[in-house]
Amino acid sequence: MGDWPGYLTLIVQGAWVTVKLTVMGSILALLVAFPAGLGRLSRHAPVRWLATAYIEFFRGTSIFVQLFWIYFVLPFAGLSLTPMQAGVTALGLNVGAYAAEVVRGAILAVPREQFEATVALNLTRFQRMRHVILPQALPLMLPTFGNNAIELLKATAIVSLISLSDMTFQAQVVRSQTGSTLIPFLTILLLYFLMSSVISTGVRALERRVTRGLDGVR
Amino acid sequence: MAEPIIRIDNLRKSFGTLTVIDGLSFDVARGEKLALIGPSGSGKTTILRILMTLETISGGRIEVAGEPLFHMAKNGAEVPADEAHLHRMRRHIGMVFQHFNLFPHKSVLDNITLAPILTKGERRADAAARARELLEMVGLADKEKAMPAQLSGGQKQRVAIARALALQPDIMLFDEVTSALDPELVDEVLQVMRRLASETDMTMLLVTHEMGFASEFADRVLFFDKGRICEQGPPDKIFRNPEEERTRTFLRKIIAAGHRV
Repeated sequence: MGDWPGYLTLIVQGAWVTVKLTVMGSILALLVAFPAGLGRLSRHAPVRWLATAYIEFFRGTSIFVQLFWIYFVLPFAGLSLTPMQAGVTALGLNVGAYAAEVVRGAILAVPREQFEATVALNLTRFQRMRHVILPQALPLMLPTFGNNAIELLKATAIVSLISLSDMTFQAQVVRSQTGSTLIPFLTILLLYFLMSSVISTGVRALERRVTRGLDGVR
Repeated sequence: MAEPIIRIDNLRKSFGTLTVIDGLSFDVARGEKLALIGPSGSGKTTILRILMTLETISGGRIEVAGEPLFHMAKNGAEVPADEAHLHRMRRHIGMVFQHFNLFPHKSVLDNITLAPILTKGERRADAAARARELLEMVGLADKEKAMPAQLSGGQKQRVAIARALALQPDIMLFDEVTSALDPELVDEVLQVMRRLASETDMTMLLVTHEMGFASEFADRVLFFDKGRICEQGPPDKIFRNPEEERTRTFLRKIIAAGHRV
């Protein structure tokens, strides 16, 4: 049993994979959430259809199946991704679909009067969004974005199915080699909790920042 | 008479099956101060909202400064206006709302300078200098750094007036600007508007239930009922000597409700 430092190193290496998947997946999710969420509110029907199709497809099918398609089926169409790329893509696109609905809902929650004021001040459509609507919608999105990021963190464990050695996978390895279930799984329990705490603390700090000066408004 | 700045011809507006404006025509002379009064649902606020392009029209025609508002010429034919045309036409018009509609995430100064910087390409320093003049005029010189949530209703409305004025429109629309205010805050807003009316040659359209203010402010009063002008004339005639029974009934009700005439 003198090998515990080595086994812990395995788990820490897995944790690093989990962190990378979470960070890059969240970035991709954000990058698709805004175009898709705004797309659902577009004046142009084809844009709305496209955004709706993306959102409904990725919310309506399992992330497990999506990952398999991206990693095992896309190569037949000439697109081969590394396991990390495939994992980030599946996680980002899946969570991005949920986050897109958050974007849409928050924009619709900004009072109509705010929009009317921007028309009266003759701002262009882009300026209305950029300077008035989005800054007020963002504080409404953040708490749910935090939830989405934590969901994404927990979903990262599925990448072991495409041969990525994330934290859960490494815990399994340690378990099968040492016969101990308690130690590896207690370790990753704490590590997952630590990671999600970092996410929620970070999001709360961001919330405080973007709502500064809005006290008494909501 | 000079060319009117607003010309409304046979305007119709319905929401679904509900007709709120029904064949309305009137002109507004450049610099004229107009008060629109009438029972709620008579269409007076809708007219302001249409002029601000917050509503579309169901029929008829509006011209502002000699150009059609909701139509434009294209290949020799007249077609519905596109966003670019509306954007150009809106430069003539500013509006102050019943509920102020200040931007809660921006300071008082930024509320006022946002549109001049974005839509007229003014330099920040120039826009801020002009905003400070306007704040001085509305009596809020010390509030430029405040956030809207820190202001009283009367102060918010005065900022909203300064914000609309910053774009220097030819026409200002005031939509029940004191209706949402506590009674003791009404006067500070009316004072600002009094000053505007006497010191500028802006064309102003005012929808109000403050009959006393309407009578001292307006060159002409339009009494609306059921989407049409029922009676119009100088304030003295409408308030002291109305011809129409409906006007008399309305004024009696307003007085009974405790509004000053």
